[in-house]
Amino acid sequence: MNFWGYSISEARVVNYDKNDKAFAAYLAQKAPSSKLCIGCGGCTATCTAGNLTEFNIRKLQMLVKRGENEEARKSLYKCMLCGKCLLVCPRGVDTRKMILAMSEYIHRQS
Amino acid sequence: MNVAIIGAGPAGCEAAFRLAEEGIQVDLIEKENVTGGNLNNWYQLFPDRKYAGELNAILRNQLNHPQIRLHLNTEAVRMERKGKGKFAVQLSDHSLLECDALLVTTGFKLFDAQRKEEYGYGIYDNVITSVELENKFMNQQLTTSTGGVPQRIGFIHCVGSRDEKICNYHCSKLCCITAVKQAIEVREMLPEAEILCFYMDMRMFGPGYEEMYREAQEKYNIKFVRGRLSEASENQNKQIIIKAEDTLIGKPLRMTLDLMVLMVGMEASEGSKKAATQLQLKQAPNGFIQPADPHYGNNRTNEEGIFIAGCSSAPMNLTDTLADARSAATALTQWLKHNCKHENE
Amino acid sequence: MYYDNFVLPFTIGINILIIYLIVRYTRWIRSFPKQDRKRIVKGMFSAKTLRAIKEVFLECLVHRKVYRTSPFLGYMHMCFGLGWFLLIVVGKIESTVYHTTAFNPPYFAIFFRFFHPANETFPYSNVFAFIMDLILLLILSGLLLAFTKRMYSKALGMKKTTNHRPFDLLILTVLWLIFPLRFLAESFTSGIRGGGSFLTHTAGDFFSQFLPLESLSYPAWWAYSSALGLFFILLPFSRYMHIPTEMVYIFLKNWGIKQGTAFNAFSEIQMYSCSRCGICIDRCQLNTSLGMQDTQPVYFLKKIRHHKEYAVQTENCLMCGRCEAACPVDLKLNALRLSKREDLTRITKYTYSYIPMVTPERRKVAYFAGCMGHLTPSVIRAMQHLFKQAQVEYTFIDEKEGICCGRPLMLSGNRSGASVLMEKNKAAIEASGADLLVTSCPICYKTFKEDYGLNIEVMHHSEYLNRLIESGQLQPHQADYTTVFHNPCELGRGSHVCETPEAALKAVSHKIATRYDGLNSLCCGGSLANTHITSTQRTKIAMDAVAAYAAYHPDYIVTACPLCKKTFSKKSTEIPIKDIAEIVAENC
Repeated sequence: MNFWGYSISEARVVNYDKNDKAFAAYLAQKAPSSKLCIGCGGCTATCTAGNLTEFNIRKLQMLVKRGENEEARKSLYKCMLCGKCLLVCPRGVDTRKMILAMSEYIHRQS
Repeated sequence: MNVAIIGAGPAGCEAAFRLAEEGIQVDLIEKENVTGGNLNNWYQLFPDRKYAGELNAILRNQLNHPQIRLHLNTEAVRMERKGKGKFAVQLSDHSLLECDALLVTTGFKLFDAQRKEEYGYGIYDNVITSVELENKFMNQQLTTSTGGVPQRIGFIHCVGSRDEKICNYHCSKLCCITAVKQAIEVREMLPEAEILCFYMDMRMFGPGYEEMYREAQEKYNIKFVRGRLSEASENQNKQIIIKAEDTLIGKPLRMTLDLMVLMVGMEASEGSKKAATQLQLKQAPNGFIQPADPHYGNNRTNEEGIFIAGCSSAPMNLTDTLADARSAATALTQWLKHNCKHENE
Repeated sequence: MYYDNFVLPFTIGINILIIYLIVRYTRWIRSFPKQDRKRIVKGMFSAKTLRAIKEVFLECLVHRKVYRTSPFLGYMHMCFGLGWFLLIVVGKIESTVYHTTAFNPPYFAIFFRFFHPANETFPYSNVFAFIMDLILLLILSGLLLAFTKRMYSKALGMKKTTNHRPFDLLILTVLWLIFPLRFLAESFTSGIRGGGSFLTHTAGDFFSQFLPLESLSYPAWWAYSSALGLFFILLPFSRYMHIPTEMVYIFLKNWGIKQGTAFNAFSEIQMYSCSRCGICIDRCQLNTSLGMQDTQPVYFLKKIRHHKEYAVQTENCLMCGRCEAACPVDLKLNALRLSKREDLTRITKYTYSYIPMVTPERRKVAYFAGCMGHLTPSVIRAMQHLFKQAQVEYTFIDEKEGICCGRPLMLSGNRSGASVLMEKNKAAIEASGADLLVTSCPICYKTFKEDYGLNIEVMHHSEYLNRLIESGQLQPHQADYTTVFHNPCELGRGSHVCETPEAALKAVSHKIATRYDGLNSLCCGGSLANTHITSTQRTKIAMDAVAAYAAYHPDYIVTACPLCKKTFSKKSTEIPIKDIAEIVAENC
């Protein structure tokens, strides 16, 4: 009840206990290499889409891993699948596979 | 009792001296015309900013020992095990050494930055490596390719380390602290310049390192950006335009640099690979020679009588290298005593 | 009237088969889209039909393409294909000459030796007997090779032969029995009452010495007829469906039917045309480098046909086209695989509305480096240098804000998404006013050329450099060093650009000829088409390929694709990897 305008805004915190982690589990299973990410941001730096619009592949997949699935639903399709991220990832994450797995999950959910 | 040491870098020199002090006859083999190995390319050392030449001189002076025979300009062409626990080392000057044990101190090789093509080393003039920067420090001259004073300088960590794309999974350990040290040195030369380090993780593992990192921020105004460089290009003015994500903000970042320094990592040296092949030494997947045991056999190898010290087994800083050399000397001495007793009986 | 009950199994079998095939093919072709059916009608009465007949003869009977893989294997297939065909044709002629009318029942020619009294001669009867024996010998020799291949495939130049279902092994046995049974039936008959020639006559004489031929010959004819009948009835349910279907496929293909984006009736015809010869298995680097032996087209199509799970197979393909280049049936294997990849997104124009319109400078020549090209700056550097050397004014379309060409999306099965990107790029290319588009990336090149519908010439930089050399705009000197050429999949097999890059490379270096030249080039392993294998597996494919080229001891391994270059450079190699543009630039 936000009667006085003082309450913890739910959207501010990652409520890991409450969040739906099924997406994250699907991602880990379908694209196991996505687990290797150390968040260096090389992918986002090189990303054609990310340089033109609000699309951050590193952040997006990290959010999914924490059960914050909204961002993926909203902007995953901005990706052009060009594969530049695949070529720069120092951890050998199959980023294209990761994106395809995410879109597969979203497709199944809808 | 005599030992042949392959490579007269810091590890080889220190071990030679310690063994000699124990009364063991040492043949120290170095392919270059000077001892010190990679140390010769450094100007100052972290964390105390000691001149590399100073340490080099100490190590070199120790070699003036009656028990040490130094073979400069000499390569170990062929190393092999002879019968009765003896080893034979064929030298490039056509002489043949016989010894009771071998110590492999073949050190490391610097990553060839050209392999990371998207960073533009060898393509863009204002991209240099950390070793080239040391050279600039020695000459006390830090300018861009066109002779100007660099206004903004970027250090790129992990070039050739922790990178699946070039099949180097390992961390070279020293590049982080080297970048911090070099950034401070640059600041001292260029008080006005903007200096940034681009890192994935800051690995400040040694005593005084974290303090130095703090000092770099506090006293020297070095900026740290958490993000890995994806690629670089060059503009008309020969400046370097880099792309990285500022991951702590969560946005891609574009920046123009006057000078970009690549913190090149360490790989197994050609000498280590050669020794490993000729002597059937086990190598770790990254090419460095694998110790017999990571805890109590870190100077032993899978081959009896063959020992390792320093960066032939893993990337190491100088503190650890010298300690490792002394530890190898101890292990070797013990082993020789034990073995020669058997022979006498 | 020539009749005996033993012809019944054969007659029933062949009739069921013919009825089945007519129904099946009619249903398939009726489900074709209208324009395809129009194409068939149009093509039927044109020279295309003659071309198809020629192809049927060369491929279905002679098996010319199999010879390319291995002469032994080709001979084996030819023995069955051409041999059986000749046996039918010559047999028919023989029976017609004897009977003086073509209107005899089909079984008459097949069992001619049974019905024809040996003492009754007719024109050229000895010649016919000789030819028929010769053909039978041909088939039997092929059978011997087939048997050897089953037992020991390497003998016939195949490292790995196909694993078949038990049912297919059963029908294989039936097929293998047909000709030995014919041989026995004819020999036994000849042993009793003469006839035949060097093979059956001699064998008949030989058998008559110790076998009760009187009681054996009639059962032998029954057995022969039954084997034939059984084979015909089982054929539609086995891989031997490829025998009739391949011919239908060749005609349809020649009449202009193409494998589209969807898996449709034409795809099914292709699927049934696969003979499961297994030539694709050895060609596939997923097998040779990674030991994967369940994803090659033969198994992919087999799984679809027998309703097995094939999701992994759909993804696990490099689409390098090495299998397609060697496929003796000329199946469109890449397109078939792609047709099974689904678009799971709902990408519209709106999705990509963030992409700004690019208005490049107007020049005669437009240059497009491609996404990957920006990760190999030395290639871009070399091209810029060469444009300057040749005094070509050009506009660099994707210098700053380039977007993807769309092919990677297409390779994931997303054509609609790709078409949005294509429109954007097309607008930028057209805005440049160029009449020539040069690209450094073979992936972009293929799609610019095939899917964009550009009204201007499209060239890969290797072709363009060769043109500049030929026209004298670039005057390189020939360096002393030696090179080998790794033709990228999308350029060589994908777009049939083989000679021009090699010509350019020969002009600037001493190019060593390798067995991987032209369409036999290897895949680097970096292919975006495969979303199944791991990064480590890609590296393994790459290093095996590098080792194969390095065996020729060149000074440089030269490629023409940023992705190949990056993939090959993952490990430090003794022989440097360079792009053809770099080599040309070095010598200009």
